[in-house]
This record gives sequence, C-alpha cells and structure tokens, in this order.
Amino acid sequence: MQIVIVGDGKVGSTLAEQLSREGHAITMIDRSGVPLQKTVEDLDILSVQGNGASYSTQIEAGVDEADLLIAVTASDELNLLCCLIAKKIGAKHTIARVRNPEYDGELSLISEELGLSLSVNPEQICATEIARILRTPTAIKTDTFAGGKVELLKFQLPPDSPLVGKALMELPSVTRSKVLVCAVERGDAIHIPSGSFRLAAGDRISFVASLRNAQLFFRQLRLNTGRVRSALLIGGGRIAFYLARQLIDAGLDVKIIESDYGRCEFLSEHLPKATVLHGDGTSEAFLLESGVEHFDAVAALTGIDEENVLIGMYIRKTFPKIKVITKVNRSSFQVIIDAMDLGSIFNPLQSASNLICRYVRSMQNTVGSKVETLYKLVDGKVEALEFNVADNSEVCGIPLQQLPLRDHLLIGCINRAGRIIIPSGQDTIEPGDSVVVVTTATGLDDIRNILSHRGPAHE
Amino acid sequence: MNKRMIFYIIGAILLIEAALLLAPAAVALVYAEKNGLVFLYVALGAALAGFGAMRLSRPRNRSIYAKEGLIVVALSWIVLSLVGALPFSLTGQIPDYLDAVFETVSGFTTTGASILREVESLDHCTLFWRCFTHWIGGMGILVFMMGILRLNGGQGIHLLRAESPGPAVAKMVPRMTDSSKILYAIYLVLTVLQFLLYLVGGMPVFEALCHAVATAGTGGFSVKNDSFASYSPYLQTVTTVFMGLFGVNFSIYFFLLRKKFDLVVKNTELRWYIILILASSAAIALNVMHMYGGFGEAFHHSSFSVLTVMSTTGFGTADFSRWPEFSRVLLVLLMCVGACAGSTGGGFKVSRIVILYRTIQSDVRKLLHPNAVKVARLDGKKIDDETIRSVSTYFILYALIMLISVILISLENFDASTTVTSVVAAFNNIGPGLGLVCPSGNYSMFSPLSKIVLCLDMLFGRLEIDPMLLLVIPVTWRKR
Repeated sequence: MQIVIVGDGKVGSTLAEQLSREGHAITMIDRSGVPLQKTVEDLDILSVQGNGASYSTQIEAGVDEADLLIAVTASDELNLLCCLIAKKIGAKHTIARVRNPEYDGELSLISEELGLSLSVNPEQICATEIARILRTPTAIKTDTFAGGKVELLKFQLPPDSPLVGKALMELPSVTRSKVLVCAVERGDAIHIPSGSFRLAAGDRISFVASLRNAQLFFRQLRLNTGRVRSALLIGGGRIAFYLARQLIDAGLDVKIIESDYGRCEFLSEHLPKATVLHGDGTSEAFLLESGVEHFDAVAALTGIDEENVLIGMYIRKTFPKIKVITKVNRSSFQVIIDAMDLGSIFNPLQSASNLICRYVRSMQNTVGSKVETLYKLVDGKVEALEFNVADNSEVCGIPLQQLPLRDHLLIGCINRAGRIIIPSGQDTIEPGDSVVVVTTATGLDDIRNILSHRGPAHE
Repeated sequence: MNKRMIFYIIGAILLIEAALLLAPAAVALVYAEKNGLVFLYVALGAALAGFGAMRLSRPRNRSIYAKEGLIVVALSWIVLSLVGALPFSLTGQIPDYLDAVFETVSGFTTTGASILREVESLDHCTLFWRCFTHWIGGMGILVFMMGILRLNGGQGIHLLRAESPGPAVAKMVPRMTDSSKILYAIYLVLTVLQFLLYLVGGMPVFEALCHAVATAGTGGFSVKNDSFASYSPYLQTVTTVFMGLFGVNFSIYFFLLRKKFDLVVKNTELRWYIILILASSAAIALNVMHMYGGFGEAFHHSSFSVLTVMSTTGFGTADFSRWPEFSRVLLVLLMCVGACAGSTGGGFKVSRIVILYRTIQSDVRKLLHPNAVKVARLDGKKIDDETIRSVSTYFILYALIMLISVILISLENFDASTTVTSVVAAFNNIGPGLGLVCPSGNYSMFSPLSKIVLCLDMLFGRLEIDPMLLLVIPVTWRKR
C-alpha cells in the first residue's frame, strides 16, 4: 500500500520502520530536513520536506494516490488539518494522533466530521495497558484478545518455582489450569516451544489463557496475585493523567508526584480524588516521605527515561514486594533495558505504533480472514495475531496436528462464539472462529499464511 | 569497513556481468562468429568467480554504510571493466590488454573514446559488446542490481547515491527496488523507441541496435568509421533528439507518466538545459554558416554537435575541430557543463551550474546590501547549505583533478588543445575532443601511462569523483 506519514518524530519513524518492513511503500513528510535525512538513510522510504498540511507538499508526496495518511506531528491541530486536506485531495484513509485530553470527548465527533478512519492517543493506549497489568500484577506484560476474554501474559520464572525443569506437556498436571505457553525468552534467544521444551529459572514466559485461568495458574504456582489497591505515580504527565483516571474509576487509591506546580494544580482540578504531591520524584528522601513503601504499585512515568529507569531499579531493589511499572520511550539499547530489573516496561510509542500497524493490516485485507489484533512481543521479534476465519478458508476442518504449519509458529487459542478453546492437536479451526497465532515470522496478514507453503511473510 | 559485504556485492555484480556477456554471445550466434565462444567462456568464468565470491564471503553482518557504498561502487566499476575487457583481447580484436581495458572503461563510463583506428573490420559480437557496455554503464550496474537484490532497509541508497549522477539523489518512489525498475523501464522504452525510429529511416538492424544502445547510455561508440557522417539527415536528426532526451533527468519522464506536468514546467534544470542547447546551437550555427549551405544546414550540424557534447555522447556528423575558434571554444565549455543530474549523461551537470550560479547571485547581492537576506533557491525551494557546500567542493575537486591530469598528459608533448581536450573529453565522458583526439582521430597514440590516467579520469568522471577518491586515499583503509 501507498502510505504517507506526516511527522518524522519518534512515533513516525517507528511506524515507518515497521510498515516498510511489512512491504508498504512509505513516504515521509517533515518540516525539517535533519531527521528526514537520517530516517531515509536507515529505511527504504521516500522523504518530502515541507509542511504536511499544505496542499502542494501533499501533492508532491503523492497523497492524492495514497491509500493511507498517518499524521503524527507534535501538534494535534496540525494532524487533524493534515487529515482533512488529505481526505479532500483523495487519500483513501486517514489516521491522526490526537492526544490533548481536552479533545477527548469531542473525538468521535471530530472523526466523523473529518472522515478520520482512526484517531490514536498513544498516552491513553499506554495508560490502558498499564491499568490492565495492575489487575494481574505477577505478569510483566499483558495483552488481550477476543475483546478482552483472552489474555496474553508474560512473567519471569523465579528460581524456586515448581515449574523449573518441567517440560511443557507436564504443565496442565502441575498447575491444574488451562494455559498455553507460546514463547519463551532465555537470555537473548527466543523459543517458540514444543511440548518437550523444559523450562529453566529466569525464563521469561509468555502464555495465553483466559483471565480466570491465568489467575488460577498464578495461584497454583504460589506467585503473588494480591490485588493492587493503591498506586503511586511518579511524574504527572499525560499517561499519568489517563492512568490515574482509570485507576480511580476502578476504586484504587492514587497518589501522584509531580515537580511542576502548575501541572499539579491541573491534576488536582481534574482528578479531585487523587492525592497530588508537589515535589521531586527522583529524590529518595521525598519518596520515603511520600510513604512509597505502603503502596502496592509504583509507576515511574516522568518524561525522562533515565529517571524512570533509576526509580524503577531503586524500588525493585528496596521494596521487592511492590509491583513496578517503568515507562521507557526510547527503543535503543533494548538489550540493556531488558537485562535490568525494572518490573513491567511500557513504551507508549510502541503501543501506538502497534495499534496503527494492526489497523493497516486489517485495512489491507478487507476480504477474507483478516487480522483482528496484533501484538509485538519481545522487542518486535515475536508477533501474536488474532485472525478472523472466513467461510471458505483452507485451514478449516483439519485437526491441528495434521495442518502443515510453518516453523516457529503456534496456535495460541481459538475463540468459537465466545467460548475459549486452548487447542490441542485434535482441535480444528472452523469458519467464524477467531484464532490467536504466535510466531517469529512477521507480516502474516491472513490465516492461510500460517501454512508452511504460503507467503508472504518475512522471517 | 564491512569487507565481506563488499565482496558479496562485487560477487553479485560479476554474476550480472556474466549474464550480460551472453548478449554478445547471442549476437555471435546470429552471425555465426567463432569469437562468440570467447564471450561464453568469459561469462562462465565471471559467473564462477562471482558465485565463489558470494559463497566465500557469506557476510554475517549485512549492513553497509555510506563509506562501504562508495567503495563498493568504485571497486565494482573497476572489476566490471577489467572483466569486460577480457573478450576484446582474448578474441585478438584488441590484442593489447591495456588498450582493451581503455576501450571497456570508455564503454562502461559512456565516454566513447576509442583507441581503434577503424572499427568496421571488427566482429559483430565485439562491436555489439562495445556499444552494449554503454547501455549497461549509462544507467548504472548497481542501479540494475538494486532492481533484483534486496538490501537491508534503506542502505541501498548508499549505492544509488554513489552511482547516480547529480548533487542530490532523489528516489522517485519509496521503495528502492521499485525506483530501479522504473528507471530501467523508462530507459528500455526510450531505447526501443529510438531503435524503431532508426529502422523506419532504413538503418540496418544491427547498426540500429548498436547505435540505439550507444545513444541511450550517451556513450558514443559507433559501428561506422565515420560515425554518423554518412547517414541520412533523418537518422542524424533522430540521433540529435534522442541524445537530448537521454540527457534529461529521468524523473522528468516519471513526472510525465504520473501526469504531474506542473513539476515538469517548474523544473529549473530542464529549463536551463533546453535554453543552453538552443542558444549555443544557434550561436554556433551563425558562426559556421559560411561553411554550409545556409543557416538550416548549419543548425542541423551545430545542434548535433552541441547535443553530442552536452549529453556527453560523442557521435559526429561533422568534424567540429575544423570549425572556427569561437565554435570550438563554446563546444569545449559545453563539454564541461554536461547533461542533467539523474540522466545517463556525464559532465559537471546543469543542476550544479544552476546551484553555483544562484549561490553566487545571492552572495553578490550581499555585497551590494550587506544586511540583505537573500536565499538561494532552486525549483522554488531553498537550496540547503549542505548542498551548496558539496557542490562547491565538487567544483574544486573537479577542477583540481582535471588540472593534475592535464599536467600528466602534457608529458606526452602533444599540442595544447590535444592535451587539454583529451582530459576534458575523458573526464566528462564525451569521447572526442580537439586536435589529435578530434572526432576523426583517436586515442591510440597515447603512452600506457597516459592511457591509465585517462581511464582513471573516465571513472572519476562517471562516478562523480567521491567513490574513486575514497578508494585511492589511504585514510579509508586505516582501521577505525
């Protein structure tokens, strides 16, 4: 597809990288030539320098022939204007990043008026993801499929766990819960495991289960599943705002530490139930004074990655019982970040980029089985996708053990009219199902691609 | 420096050259020439060497950066020429290997400077390979490779930038492979069109084919001893027009295909190119009118000569070395101007001239009004400082390399116009110059040293200095 991205910022370049790797023709528009130069050298894309909202720039970038325009500049208003003009000159779909909470309510209205296909608020998406993980705090990371019925959870196996040394096929008898392990990270290596795969201490295990089964699983393993009743948010930015609002709605005690007094006032005005503290969240003394040890969860959400990492490490080290959430914006030095003990790491850019990629994929395949949901796991090296199965698909009716599946691919679960099946070899895929697939191959856009002889996927 | 990846790419280039060498072998088959076998053997050898290089190098790290891009391009062109020269000397058509290399470098760089006194006695397959090298070199072998090979992310841009002529390389479409395919498609269509127009004008098929591919690459090797002098005015005019067309930036044709006419009309370089051609053709026509039967015939010859030097092709209808001094000087200056960026032509490039001119213009304005803010613009956009700086640097290097070459060639003790124009014609990839290297002369009298100097000049000119420069300076090869 022809895709034009306006704004070569962090989200813009992440998107460009992701989408161009999936084989789309990307044109990037940015006002300044400096980031463009860099991006064009790294990626196989075209660049146009200019104001993305101006007619002539858009024509130069070929928006009139584009299938999709994604506006992710720093300004919400500019993004909306870009989309409005793009729609007028013939772009088929438009996506805008709108993140000002003040436009929150009007968003659906605006979308209709502008013919927006999708509006994305990275901070809100990220906040929702964080709120979700606080429901199963043992997991490092959670994603949902089938409208929230199925969860994809990741946790680290502690050295004293009864699971250490067990093969995966023994799992159901040990844990007495229905879960399916779909990816295991051990050091730098990623395994899509088979039944004979043996777990080791320190493995980071991703598994698929229903929420109830996941909770059961953790309880059987005697891993802490105590509910999170209070949360301390360090940094009062947009994510903190959205997160606090969701947590307060869910009945949690929320305390926010913010260093800017004006921002504190804003938070206090809009979140009357939260306790807002004015001070430096990176000061140890201040944290202790705020009573950090009494919280069930602490989220480091300041605007500076280094501060968040330090806070995350400090809390993990000093108060190991507390669930830690660390926000990291940067995607470089991922190896180091992963190696550090930071609790659950969240990257709002990645969240937004995943959402948009998912949209692009389902757009690309409007007929037949399409991608309903897409998650990137393990720094984008593994993907979990949810497909809808069309009536005539060739994968239907054949027991899974007889399907010629690709290597490094696993069927995680089948959702049949609301009933969740954690599949075994005898189960079949039927028309109308939605199927979760976990794989190291990227670019799958149809359920048929799970078969070994089908393209187009890039290893 | 990722040496494995460099070897890997050169291996791929050898494989492509092997495939291309099959074309003259096919020609030999048609004319039942034994020498075709030599082409076949060389192709086989190149294929084995290329395959071996690709297998042996097995690069684990497939990323290349600007530095590797430049080195790969320079090395590829040298290897390409050394291998491409083998059939010439192995068939005995050009017995001396250095001469054969000169001829091949001249072919791939689309110069068209020949060491052959006469060409009509050569085999068809040799003649075809000579002209076909122009076609390969015109658009670029790495551009061709890019259409087939997928490189990591956008790293192919480093190769494209190193090989494509012009101050700033712009892809036409987002994906590199698509860009390469579009370029070659336009190239092929124009070549076929010219071939057909030649056939309509009654040119024999073989000659039409050779001349079409030689014009497309703006090369200048002919299969006739007198180049285009004995062809009909119609055939000469077709050549004039197509030399002009191949000297135009190919993105113009892409704009036309996409019906973006306003971008074509607004294009400054194209406008300058056309104006330069028309104005100098007219001026020369007036100057040489007395030698021909009126302005019309004079314009016919002057426009052919102007386009032959500006597009840096180097065909001839008339020996311009016998024209008056004014015309000769003008032609030599036009040799230095060259064609448009992003075309198959060589030279300094019209766009660089425009950028230099605009920069000077704004600087002079500042002399008049020290506080004036005057931005140098091209196509309605500010020319960024980086471009201005690189064009200025290019200009200095361009002059410097020509100067050094002239000094080296002067050791031959030929007259001034031979010495200077042989360098100008080689460096700008034109072919014929003035004096002993005039359209009716050739380069056979130069000593081996001078031939090597001229070969390097041709490569420096075709690859626009940077890749070759990086290859020869020692800093590149130091670790870290």
